[in-house]
Amino acid sequence: MYEFKYHRPETVRQAANLLVKNEDSKLIAGGHTLIPVMKQRLASPPHLVDLSHIEGLDTIEMKGRALAVGATAKHADVADSAIVGEAIPALAELAGMIGDPAVRHKGTIGGSLANNDPTADYPAACLALGATIITNKRRHKAEEFFQGLFSTALESDEIITRVMFPLPKKAAYVKFRNQASRYALVGVFVAKRPSDVRVAVTGAGGNGVFRVTSFEEALKKRFSHKALDGMTVPADGLNSDLHGSAEYRAHLIGVLARRAVEAASAKA
Amino acid sequence: MAKISLIVNGNPVNANVDPRTLLVQFLRENLRLTGTHVGCDTSQCGACVVHLDGRAVKSCTTLAVMADGHEVKTIEGLAADGAPLHPMQEAFREHHGLQCGFCTPGMIMTAVDLVHRRGHDLSDHVIREELEGNLCRCTGYQNIVESIAAGAKAMAKSDLA
Repeated sequence: MYEFKYHRPETVRQAANLLVKNEDSKLIAGGHTLIPVMKQRLASPPHLVDLSHIEGLDTIEMKGRALAVGATAKHADVADSAIVGEAIPALAELAGMIGDPAVRHKGTIGGSLANNDPTADYPAACLALGATIITNKRRHKAEEFFQGLFSTALESDEIITRVMFPLPKKAAYVKFRNQASRYALVGVFVAKRPSDVRVAVTGAGGNGVFRVTSFEEALKKRFSHKALDGMTVPADGLNSDLHGSAEYRAHLIGVLARRAVEAASAKA
Repeated sequence: MAKISLIVNGNPVNANVDPRTLLVQFLRENLRLTGTHVGCDTSQCGACVVHLDGRAVKSCTTLAVMADGHEVKTIEGLAADGAPLHPMQEAFREHHGLQCGFCTPGMIMTAVDLVHRRGHDLSDHVIREELEGNLCRCTGYQNIVESIAAGAKAMAKSDLA
């Protein structure tokens, strides 16, 4: 790891000022992606701005009819939150499937979204549920926030403060994990929303998280796994690596989408 | 360099560290608490698990400066020197929950955290799921699971947390 200067701001405003003042600063909260990357010297930020001590940035609460999750809420907080469990149980379950218990005690929702790892779980939830990602500067719709591998709409001095999730009628996340890394080989989040159905896929896309609109249309007509009978996803543009071919991932998307619809139906 | 103050195993510690010092390095090299091990150094294996403010974390993926103002407990902090072992340690001894012993401190710290979160009556299934982030390369999981189940029960009758 190369040298850096460590900053511990107490407010989001202070943190934003530090980002403006120090070019190439990186934000850190749980550090479970950034620290490994810095150890490998794939990143060498001269300044680290630690968000984990900003009071109130990890609050989980209902805001009107939406669930608001603070940016530094840890995966374990979301998984164990009675508020999340009541509002969107599928989101609590997803958080409980990330990494392992010790990782969930450190990793944060804001960190996961800002990093936009193509195999991360939270991006699928945000895209399927139609979440709004709120920053110190503006509001991003999930559809516009994720912009490809490790790439988001965030500007260099922008800080995620919370994520607003509108409540779905039904939802479920099913993940086929890579046994070694525990990241999703493929993960499918299905959400039946008041006006439509969304199916978001992580782990498989060569360009990160994406929606399967053909599945969405079929499920909008009839929310049953049978509505997906005979439907497939083309392997074009999917990842192919030593863990699985593009064809295998395409197959898994169909299987997991069916399972997610069944799981969502069973919950209601 | 950065000044840090934290509580380690109940004792206040003040130090001046390079900000890139990992918590596990700080514990082992500055404080000579070598019970916490570095296994994979990539947050997979769990040999470095300690408690930070009472929660199990991987100290190889935590900066010492991030622990400034917080409380850390390591395997050395479970029971006092010369005093009887912590019930989870005793259970590992009794049930032969280790072979080479390298993963053991992390296994025990994870197990104690597990009991704090999920209680004293733990099924094999729950224990195995919760051990997701701890690897034993001797693959002695059978006895580790038995040890944790027994240690969890014993902790209910012990004064040691």
